[in-house]
Amino acid sequence: MSVDTATVAKIASLARIKLTEAEIAGMVPELNGILAWVEQLGEVDVTGVEPMTAVIPNVLRLRADVVNAIPETSGGVRDAVLANAPAAEHGFFGVPKVIE
Amino acid sequence: MSNLTDLKLAEIRDGVAGGTFSATEVATAFNAAVAEAQGALNAFIVTTPDVALKAAARVDADRAAGKALGKLAGVPIGMKDLFATKGVQTTAASHILEGFTPEYESTVSQKLWDAGAGMLGKLNLDQFAMGSSNETSAFGRVINPWRRKAADGSEDTAPLAPGGSSGGSSAAIAAHLCPAATGTDTGGSIRQPAAFTGISGIKPTYGRCSRWGIVAFASSLDQAGPMAHTVRDCAIMLEAMAGFDPKDATSLDLPVPAWEAGLSADLRGKKVGIPREYRLDGLNAEVAKSWDEGVAWLKDAGAEVVEISLPHTKYALPTYYIIAPAEASSNLARYDGVRYGLRDLPQGAGLQDMYAATRAAGFGSEVKRRILMGTYVLSAGFYDAYYTQAQKVRTLISRDFAAAFATCDIILAPTAPSSAFALGEKSDDPLEMYLNDVFSVPASLAGLPAMSVPSGLDSSGLPLGLQLIGKPFDEQGVLNAGLAIEARANFTARPGKWW
Repeated sequence: MSVDTATVAKIASLARIKLTEAEIAGMVPELNGILAWVEQLGEVDVTGVEPMTAVIPNVLRLRADVVNAIPETSGGVRDAVLANAPAAEHGFFGVPKVIE
Repeated sequence: MSNLTDLKLAEIRDGVAGGTFSATEVATAFNAAVAEAQGALNAFIVTTPDVALKAAARVDADRAAGKALGKLAGVPIGMKDLFATKGVQTTAASHILEGFTPEYESTVSQKLWDAGAGMLGKLNLDQFAMGSSNETSAFGRVINPWRRKAADGSEDTAPLAPGGSSGGSSAAIAAHLCPAATGTDTGGSIRQPAAFTGISGIKPTYGRCSRWGIVAFASSLDQAGPMAHTVRDCAIMLEAMAGFDPKDATSLDLPVPAWEAGLSADLRGKKVGIPREYRLDGLNAEVAKSWDEGVAWLKDAGAEVVEISLPHTKYALPTYYIIAPAEASSNLARYDGVRYGLRDLPQGAGLQDMYAATRAAGFGSEVKRRILMGTYVLSAGFYDAYYTQAQKVRTLISRDFAAAFATCDIILAPTAPSSAFALGEKSDDPLEMYLNDVFSVPASLAGLPAMSVPSGLDSSGLPLGLQLIGKPFDEQGVLNAGLAIEARANFTARPGKWW
């Protein structure tokens, strides 16, 4: 499989990265080179092989069913959460108007 | 007294504990070395001399008060700028995070400070850890302190890559700007830079070190580890970095072994596997020779050497270059110009335009390439052909290792296909750069502990590394085989100080 300029423009739009036409044109051969190379995976017989989900066997833990079980990942830290926001206003993240 | 910056981690720890010198004297000496080299090597994105001095003063006060000292008391280290450090800018070497000052500390860095280490600064790296040469950093490339020697013995001043992505870490240690540093390894980012600069580095089993607070690249592969001059130093530092963390869902709930106390270069009764598929057509003759030397050294240490087969080796790199970009495209969706980092809001732009403009302005070209690649392989209609297929091949690669470890205890291979290449030499062709990870990626895909130790110099006077790959959780076996090589390689060369 290979990509053309329309496909790259579509992927860039899905990935929310603005690319100029020149950048898209440059990306087409680069991505096609990589895609042609990864294509060789198609020759591997994977009949009956499960896709990898966890590289080292591990159990998925549930955390304790209590409020603020792990202080570092708990609530009540609004100002810290907003501290690095480019436009924090009134205790919220500020964004351009979404609804006309 | 010899220059304090010549000392290795264990010597500093022991010297501070024994009162031969103070932690403050050590931090002062390394701060000066960092400042002196910064213009020439660009190993750091920010330097934090005051942070280092403060940590040292605390250690000196604790010692004076007769308090017990931590495993790394008085050791100043470099912190790869992928670890969130509270109050100190953390960028992942990307413009999109420039100015980001975390409100929290990563688990691994906190453990290191708790063990008495101090921070000299945040080390440069490939942008979002994507690269093998440190050329994708938005804060300028790092220069390898090593230089090639011409046939007539004169020094070639062409700047060489320090490896990547942990290239600031490797360059800083090789130049004796810090005795040790953190690295992270997704497809070889600890091992390959270690090999390129004549130092040691270990990527532990996936899950040994918490990923909490480390800027995410490919979460199923990312793993932190130590980089230092010696195997012992790596063992000491890894003990301080590892351990269960409930804040990371993939953290291993296992006790941290006493790796330093368990060090032994006696390999009698051990079987070392030599993977036949790693002997690539056209393998660099000097790399092949170093590998043969490694075999002889391990035999000398008492090990039995057996040939093994890892049949899916040739598929590891293409598998990696589907899985890692796929995970990256998902992880990097968080950089949206809303919560932290850069915002580019063109006049009159709406929310979607702001996202696209911010990400266009903030990400470097390799990061964009990987996000686009990842978005493509995860998109409707292509997901099974690329991503699911890659995850199945990953299962086969992991099974190859499991089968091999039925007949051997440890695997010996080269770390990288060449010594350090020149900056600019591979940066025009992404594929050629990717191929530099050929020996390091398979162990990453299988989540195995793997380390690089220096084995010698090639004919141009540049270091080469040998890689040891172990069974899951067997960091001790990896460290011990590394120690056996270190004891026989007698690698004492260091770059001449030209900066």
